[in-house]
Amino acid sequence: MAGKTLYDKLWDAHKISEREDGTALIYIDRQLLHEVTSPQAFEGLRLAGRKPWRLDTNLATPDHNVSTDLAERQAGVSGIRDEISRIQVTTLDDNCTAFGVREFSMNDINQGIVHVVGPEQGATLPGMTIVCGDSHTSTHGAMGSLAFGIGTSEVEHVLATQCLIQRKMKNLRIRVEGDLPAGITAKDVVLYIIGQIGTAGGTGYAIEFAGSALRSLSMEGRMTVCNMAIEAGARAGMVAVDETTIEYFKGRPFAPKGDMWDRAADYWRTLVSDDDAVFDKEIVLQAADIEPQVSWGTSPEMVVGVTANVPNPQSVADEDSRKGVVRALEYMGLQADQPIESIRLDRIFIGSCTNSRIEDLRAAAAVVKGYSVASSVKQAMVVPGSGLVKQQAEAEGLDVIFRAAGFQWREPGCSMCLAMNADKLGQGEHCASTSNRNFEGRQGFGGRTHLVSPAMAAAAAIKGHFVDIRTWQEGAA
Amino acid sequence: MKPFTTVTGLAAPMDRSNVDTDMIIPKQFLKSIKRSGFGPNLFDEVRYLDEGQPGMDNSQRPLNPDFELNKPRYAGAQVLLARKNFGCGSSREHAPWALEDYGFRAIIAPSFADIFYNNCFKNGLLPIVLAEDIVDRLFQAVANTEGYTLTVDLENQQVITPGGEVFEFEVNAFRKHCLINGLDDIGLTLQDADAIRAYETRREQETPWVFGHIR
Repeated sequence: MAGKTLYDKLWDAHKISEREDGTALIYIDRQLLHEVTSPQAFEGLRLAGRKPWRLDTNLATPDHNVSTDLAERQAGVSGIRDEISRIQVTTLDDNCTAFGVREFSMNDINQGIVHVVGPEQGATLPGMTIVCGDSHTSTHGAMGSLAFGIGTSEVEHVLATQCLIQRKMKNLRIRVEGDLPAGITAKDVVLYIIGQIGTAGGTGYAIEFAGSALRSLSMEGRMTVCNMAIEAGARAGMVAVDETTIEYFKGRPFAPKGDMWDRAADYWRTLVSDDDAVFDKEIVLQAADIEPQVSWGTSPEMVVGVTANVPNPQSVADEDSRKGVVRALEYMGLQADQPIESIRLDRIFIGSCTNSRIEDLRAAAAVVKGYSVASSVKQAMVVPGSGLVKQQAEAEGLDVIFRAAGFQWREPGCSMCLAMNADKLGQGEHCASTSNRNFEGRQGFGGRTHLVSPAMAAAAAIKGHFVDIRTWQEGAA
Repeated sequence: MKPFTTVTGLAAPMDRSNVDTDMIIPKQFLKSIKRSGFGPNLFDEVRYLDEGQPGMDNSQRPLNPDFELNKPRYAGAQVLLARKNFGCGSSREHAPWALEDYGFRAIIAPSFADIFYNNCFKNGLLPIVLAEDIVDRLFQAVANTEGYTLTVDLENQQVITPGGEVFEFEVNAFRKHCLINGLDDIGLTLQDADAIRAYETRREQETPWVFGHIR
């Protein structure tokens, strides 16, 4: 009998029962909750007279539409200026209190973007099944867990039953082999993968990211890659457990301690695909082929290396794709064949569940140090992923570097990644963004998003246009 | 949930690939704590010429005359024809809520994004996958024939054209059962409460660190 993939192992360990139609009842170990996709779920419980199945599996924090402005944050929940945002954050607080769910509320030092908070707290651990009413839940797969986004009805289902009815996905392994060239980050790797396989390339699959290049990434880097599995169409992305994984969780607040730690670590080490495991599909890419990536269009698959030009629709054979390119160029206000480095930026956003961890902020600060934001850039902002990331960055003096260069240093939250709060693009503005989606209107009505790594966003802020980070001279001042 | 058996309704086209859930319902409308009322803001950014905000009187806003669904011939449509990878992006269930609130009961496309596809079934909305060449033909028929209707028969898993042409589609048996009967699947899962408890007891022995640690 063939061996099992990591996904097979996680699936089998959480399967309660299988039905004739091929679906299965799957046990969920952890649910993360936030203010946007949970109110209707709690309301559903209330209307049906149901209670949560268990309380100790849930962790809530408001992130999507909290303000990142210090003064507004200090005014507390009642000081949130946007009335409907205030109602939503208040509703989360009220629901967590009423149902007894643990919450890191808005001004708690532990608050932050759910996908930054979970791993940082050790609340999401290897081997778990993890869900959240947010598609970027795939982030947590980086630690060798099965993590995927769900809709609000399923949030309610998990609250009420601790289970979900799921159909098993197919296995896809994407191997990136070789050493990553200097200047190439996890963000470039995942954008490159999406550029190669397309936004529907992973639909129906659970992706295991593997290969020596992936293995060389830190946990933060692996989270960046798995975070964007959904941008390749896959609900779940994952990386097998190794010593990097185990080292990361040592001493985290909710991680096991003492003898229990040893027992857990022994179990986690089994969370790898067997040598003889069979994947439904396998893709092998070479790290040496990856350039710093910049998205030019309105879908994450519309991405090229920084030294390339914006594509020309005339060279696109497929009619449907060609129409997509024409529409994207029009929306983005770009010319066919225009060099990527000639794209000028109005705003810079460093943050989001993709790239707001300490390693991301260090990378951006290293580029910025000794420079100033270009005068043509209207706004450059850094939004740490959590209160703890912010605290750590300040302890390292990163905030001083950013402020000295002219960046705004904000309070934690999702911010301009989806622009549900006041942080947004104006119509026609170009933004170098470390977030995950460049859809039309994503960062503001008529806004034009270019997805890049933190270092690339930082360099673009200094020059006012995209530059190849591989040519960057550090510490010029 | 509204049961779904057979629907005969006007078909309307959304002729773009990779329609994402940000396009289906932009984020500013996600601040609502309700499940209903999203229909007037379905496809807001391409449907209107101005920037929509919650609480606006949508009847006073300038409509985009080039947007197909704004054309009088598609008023009251119940079947949406779409292109590949419909519903990609965010997991927001507000997307099927908006489509359902607008009046759609079924969506036909060559492929759907996974989370969106799953969310539809929870809301009485039927996503139907048909081959790309068939979807192409349906787009042409809709464009050429004003008042073109399609019948969706879930029981027999068929899409039927006005000319009597029949296209079969696949649907998971459990989802079909829930949709036809308008069933709440939480109630069904709770029938397995004993099995869930037995699993918890076993797992608590095997991986005790997973249990009881968030308080």
